[in-house]
Amino acid sequence: MNPNTRRTSRAVTSIACASMLVTTACGSGFDDAPGQSAQQSGGPVTLQILIGSSGDAETNAVKQAAQTWAAASGTGATVTPAQDLTQQLGQAFAGDSPPDVFYVDAIRFADYASVGALEPYAGKISSPDDFYPTLRTAFTYNGTFYCAPKDFSTLALIVNQDLWAKAGLGDSDVPTTWEQLTSVSEKIKAAGITPLALGDTRDRVGAFMVQAGGWITSPDGKQATADSPQNLAALDYVRTLLAGKLAQYPSQLDAGWSGEAFGAGKVAMTIEGNWIKGALKADYPDVKYAAYELPAGPKGKGSLSFTTCWGIAAKSRHKEQAISFVEAMTKADQQMAFARAFGVMPSRQSARSTYTGEFPADVPFVNAVDYAQGPVNAPKMDSVLDDFDTGLQKLTSTAPKTLLERVQKNTQAALGTS
Amino acid sequence: MTGRRPGAAKENLAGWLFVAPVVVILGLFMLAPILMAMWVSLTDWNGQGSPFRAGVPFVGLDNYTRLFAEEGLARQDFMTSVRNNVYYVAIVVPAQTGLALGLALIVNGRLLRGRTFFRAAFYFPSVTSSVAISVVFLFVFANSGAVNGLLRLFGVEGPQWFADSRGILHLVLGALGVVDPDAPPAALTGGGPFGLSWWEWLSGPSVAMTTIIVLVVWTTSGTFMLMFLAALQNIPVTLEEAALLDGAGRRQVFTHVTLPLLKPTMFLVLTLGMIATWQVFDQVYVMSQGNPAKTTLTPAFLSYQTAFNGFEYGSGTAISFVLFAIIVVLTLVQRWVLRERRA
Repeated sequence: MNPNTRRTSRAVTSIACASMLVTTACGSGFDDAPGQSAQQSGGPVTLQILIGSSGDAETNAVKQAAQTWAAASGTGATVTPAQDLTQQLGQAFAGDSPPDVFYVDAIRFADYASVGALEPYAGKISSPDDFYPTLRTAFTYNGTFYCAPKDFSTLALIVNQDLWAKAGLGDSDVPTTWEQLTSVSEKIKAAGITPLALGDTRDRVGAFMVQAGGWITSPDGKQATADSPQNLAALDYVRTLLAGKLAQYPSQLDAGWSGEAFGAGKVAMTIEGNWIKGALKADYPDVKYAAYELPAGPKGKGSLSFTTCWGIAAKSRHKEQAISFVEAMTKADQQMAFARAFGVMPSRQSARSTYTGEFPADVPFVNAVDYAQGPVNAPKMDSVLDDFDTGLQKLTSTAPKTLLERVQKNTQAALGTS
Repeated sequence: MTGRRPGAAKENLAGWLFVAPVVVILGLFMLAPILMAMWVSLTDWNGQGSPFRAGVPFVGLDNYTRLFAEEGLARQDFMTSVRNNVYYVAIVVPAQTGLALGLALIVNGRLLRGRTFFRAAFYFPSVTSSVAISVVFLFVFANSGAVNGLLRLFGVEGPQWFADSRGILHLVLGALGVVDPDAPPAALTGGGPFGLSWWEWLSGPSVAMTTIIVLVVWTTSGTFMLMFLAALQNIPVTLEEAALLDGAGRRQVFTHVTLPLLKPTMFLVLTLGMIATWQVFDQVYVMSQGNPAKTTLTPAFLSYQTAFNGFEYGSGTAISFVLFAIIVVLTLVQRWVLRERRA
């Protein structure tokens, strides 16, 4: 063997190695995506479950429930808490290997449903009509109810009882209309306390739009209805609150969100969801507070609901097992177990009385489900709604009419092209 | 060349074989993904399955024209991000280059004691993870953080850094009494190129963006200091001494001898700085996610957001290709400006 050929053959070997490296690297890159397991053909089935967890309490509760189900059904279940659920799901869908079961936020639901990523299985769950109607609407796309709601939250008026008493107010003073909200706020302000902390996004200000009888889109999500007199009335009202310093955005109060300003005792009231309970318990355990239903507007009571469903991938290879898993997770008993573990409200009406019996302080949140509006249920609305939030941040310096016209125009463009 | 000498062809083949691993790796991990992304930018792929299947709608240049020619949110967001990034680059690049050069001159000074210590201290931010530093800055610039605490010592009430979307230029113009930021002149708000009004184009970086600017200038100047330092130490002392003997002052030596000799390094630093600043992503992702009021939105982050949050992968990749084009064009311009001129 002369030196030259030896060199060549070594080079060939190194290429072979390199290309092997490359291919294995490639392969493992795709295998990384959850949902693909080697023992799919033949061996026992393992469901891949990707959750966007709110914290350890939720992760552990879901893991425990999944283990119980796995032991009973003989199917494996691996629960993975996502770091960034949207991105991880996006990658998994693009890689054709999505997890079998995953959380779908109602805000993102239409985007997933419109591209055919979700299996419309909700009809196969026992008594689907038991889920609250507003939650079913949130997960209905083109007339089909897709996925079973996991739980839900609503907005209510949270009152700091110490500051309330300090301003000389009693239980009967809790506002039930916009007019009362204004007059009570003026009294609190006169006592030298900031009355209301209000989040500067559609997810809080939107409640006023619902109370005025408006919303960003029509109920079926097909038409833009942002530029309406009702919405204008709502934004005008919020604007007067802000202009009179009766309400302030969290950033003006040196807080990241309203709950922080409320917990720190900077405001007498805030409009937040039931998640505020956990936050106050963890960070501000000494605050005495109570929740009340939101004051009614010209069109009556109104609130917003937020919910997540158990999505099943249209490309999942174990749909039957996945449906059986979701069935177990959405049973009233199991939902009550989750409620105790991490403070969410069960999505089934049959669990309503059990829940309110066990958590009487949450009645205003549960009641709000009867008149709450779910998130905008239409695809490609993400950037439009972000833009609306940007506008709301500048509500004091922008004319509400201009703002709504802009949302209207953008919504029409987004819905028209979808 | 081939055929001139026996065995040359064989050597050629061996050469190719030797570089083949790199060619294969670069091809697979750089060229192929770029070509694939280019294809995606011409389609309306929604992120389901492979973009190379039949049935993925081909839309030609639509994704690009929407960024420039069509009135709508896509163009508005893109132009806002470009505006933000232009101000960002215009401040960060000169600032970090100037600071790096200054630090290098200090550390290079023969009289400075503890040079090694300062060299390490100045370089330290560059070797720390950008995400970790971003998180630290979140605390430093918090409303009740160190910066505002320091300002309070001087009786200044600091702004709410990360919540403040007001443009610096607007604030300056307002403070000078040229215009009233709350009621800008109609001539400026009336119209402007690419869907943003002149008033919006002239906002300057927002207060929130300045925190990112400060952070980046601080972290990157260390790296560039090292490059300037290497170049400074390559300049023969004899040249400077000769100039001094010819009667040049210290300042003249710097402007007429040192700086011209640093020109290649200057070009390198400016180019690297510009490329990196146009691609700013980590800091925005960690610190602000484009908020407040989209004033820290940059094309790189917008591309990510459009693709992964909006499922508009075509639009997202189109943005990244436009960004690529911007960087290439600006680098060429810079090269032309800093070219060797014969007097």
